[in-house]
Amino acid sequence: MKRLLIATAASTLIATSAFSHEINVGIILGFTGPIESLTPAMASSAELAFDEVNASGLLLGGKSSIVAVRGDSTCIDSAAATAVAEKQITADNVAAIMGADCSGVTGAIASNVAVPNGVVMISPSATSPGLSTIDDNGLFFRTAPSDARQGAVMADVLMDKGITEVAVTYTNNDYGKGLADAFEASFKALGGTITISAAHEDGKADYSAEVGALASAGGQILAVLGYADQGGKGIIQGALDSGAFETFVMGDGMKSVSLIEAIGSDLNGSIGTQPGSDGEGAAILAGMLDVGGPFTAESYDAAALIALAIQAGGSAERASIAANVLSVANAPGEIILPGELAKALQILADGGEINYEGASGVELIGPGEASGSYQEYEVIDGAFVTQRYR
Amino acid sequence: MEDFLNAIILFSNFVLVPATAYGAQLALGALGVTLVFGILRFSNFAHGDTMAFGTMVVILVTWWFQSMGISIHPLPTALLALPFGILATVGMLLATNRLVYRFYRRVKAAPIVFVMASVGVMFVMNGIVRFVIGPDDQRFADGERFIVRARDFKEATGMAEGLTIKVSQALTLGIAIVVVIALFWFLQRTRTGKSMRAFSDNEDLALLSGISPERVVMITWIIAAALATIAGTLYGLDKSFKPFTYFQLLLPIFASAIVGGIGSPLGAIAGGFVVAFSEVTITYAYKKFLKYMLPENLEPDSLVQLLSTDYKFAVSFVILVLVLLIRPTGIFKGKVL
Repeated sequence: MKRLLIATAASTLIATSAFSHEINVGIILGFTGPIESLTPAMASSAELAFDEVNASGLLLGGKSSIVAVRGDSTCIDSAAATAVAEKQITADNVAAIMGADCSGVTGAIASNVAVPNGVVMISPSATSPGLSTIDDNGLFFRTAPSDARQGAVMADVLMDKGITEVAVTYTNNDYGKGLADAFEASFKALGGTITISAAHEDGKADYSAEVGALASAGGQILAVLGYADQGGKGIIQGALDSGAFETFVMGDGMKSVSLIEAIGSDLNGSIGTQPGSDGEGAAILAGMLDVGGPFTAESYDAAALIALAIQAGGSAERASIAANVLSVANAPGEIILPGELAKALQILADGGEINYEGASGVELIGPGEASGSYQEYEVIDGAFVTQRYR
Repeated sequence: MEDFLNAIILFSNFVLVPATAYGAQLALGALGVTLVFGILRFSNFAHGDTMAFGTMVVILVTWWFQSMGISIHPLPTALLALPFGILATVGMLLATNRLVYRFYRRVKAAPIVFVMASVGVMFVMNGIVRFVIGPDDQRFADGERFIVRARDFKEATGMAEGLTIKVSQALTLGIAIVVVIALFWFLQRTRTGKSMRAFSDNEDLALLSGISPERVVMITWIIAAALATIAGTLYGLDKSFKPFTYFQLLLPIFASAIVGGIGSPLGAIAGGFVVAFSEVTITYAYKKFLKYMLPENLEPDSLVQLLSTDYKFAVSFVILVLVLLIRPTGIFKGKVL
């Protein structure tokens, strides 16, 4: 028995050393909570990028591989999200974090855990304008654009359709408030009128009171800047039931198949915006993924950037990753699309430069956030149909 | 004249109809709380989660019926499943009575001990519900959704405003009326009902006249279970089922019971409607309504909203505090059935 134990221990030792050393990278997304229907696809998209890197056998001279460590951000509970990040950084010793998803928890993790510990975070979906100005020591990046941009795009979409009077309701958190403010400012600047801008709480059974206030204020269309699995759905259902509004313009948290399943044909004619681009990268990634969905492109890109930054710096040290994210993401260098990570790793290993475009047309500007291209969609016959990209 | 009619329709659509349905749901919930308080003499904090438990069973049976293709179109299948939900909840409450409350009755514990025990029961039920059906929203409403749709109403009448009446709202009101009449008939006319009232009025005298306390207690739990399941199912059909919102319902339900006078069934009903109408009327924005009612030069620019809808729950709290300060016994002098 004793011999068996020693043999087992010895063989594990050999196995691990033969497989070189593993680099842990955290994936912190809201696997439970308001956007739980979106996150599984996002996480597998990120893991797809890591698998691609590992399969190439080129990372850090072929001696390393990336292991994804999943953690639950809950999307709304900052304390829980901070604890998860704390555990990943101290116990799992992650080199960097792909995440988090919702703006509030992302800000909390960044300022409480990631920045003090010098860990790079690349968020695929935190879009609050407030995150542009946090004190991040150059450690916080996002492949999703700030909502200041989305607000402007939504305002343009409505103006192009000749809609000048809008009622706004937003989910009562950093994301909702930030997007609502950005939209309101852009829409007013274009000469539009906001009849009411009211917050709604998520997780209530009944939104008839909120809908009543929105209906009383009036407007040609109702802007719903919330979550598809939460209050956003309740508001739309309530507004349709009471005949208060017939069409809706929706923010990026609302684009979910579950919304169409819940509301049905009444949603036809509603419009919305969603970060996304029509570059060839998006199509390539769509072909690689089993399940697509909102923010899957940004997730893949965030994960790829972490791997490429490790390769560019020649080390999985946290500081080295932080120093190299911008250089791999932006020009100059050879343009890299999804599925070409092996090529990129080889170029970097040979001392060359790359400009990672990825699935979402990555171009990190200002404080390290995506410049932002948006898909404008309309719901037609129970499906999200792309109208154009802005 | 047309403006006046439009104003009335608008008010009915956003205040009158939703508040009436909500009031009926609260009244049914408050009846259960008040009954337990009147006879067992403690505030049952587990009532909200009892509603969730009952509704959960109804939902599970509804799904089963749906999978077998049984339906009573245009009515929701949940009505067919309701008796099963009530039976399961009766079983659950009799079990908690046996396992938890009977011990405290035997040792003649103070009412506050019962209240704390009910908090424990609340947490256990909360856990069971989440364990079985999960913490998420569940959809179980089927059948016809509307009696009158806003769009059809506008087309039929040519009015600018539409009126919506949902099947679930009409069902709520109808079932609530039937249940209340049945309950009052039971309490006033039957021998068992009279013995319950006697027990509530004076426990010792009731014991002397040969009323079995365990029987009275058992019947109280059975009625409370039926009321909770019916209230929970109607609320879930009208709005949506989520365990956490049922827990939150506890506050307006207690506010209703106390406003009406806790222990008084009539008060519970009145209280339910008072709380529901205050919540809805205080948070409603009257801009459009006044636009129809007032001459053009007096039209308001602001929303004319007394309180933002975020403060809906605060309304229940304020009413509760006001009633306790000014008339602690409630509208109908409470504490006796």
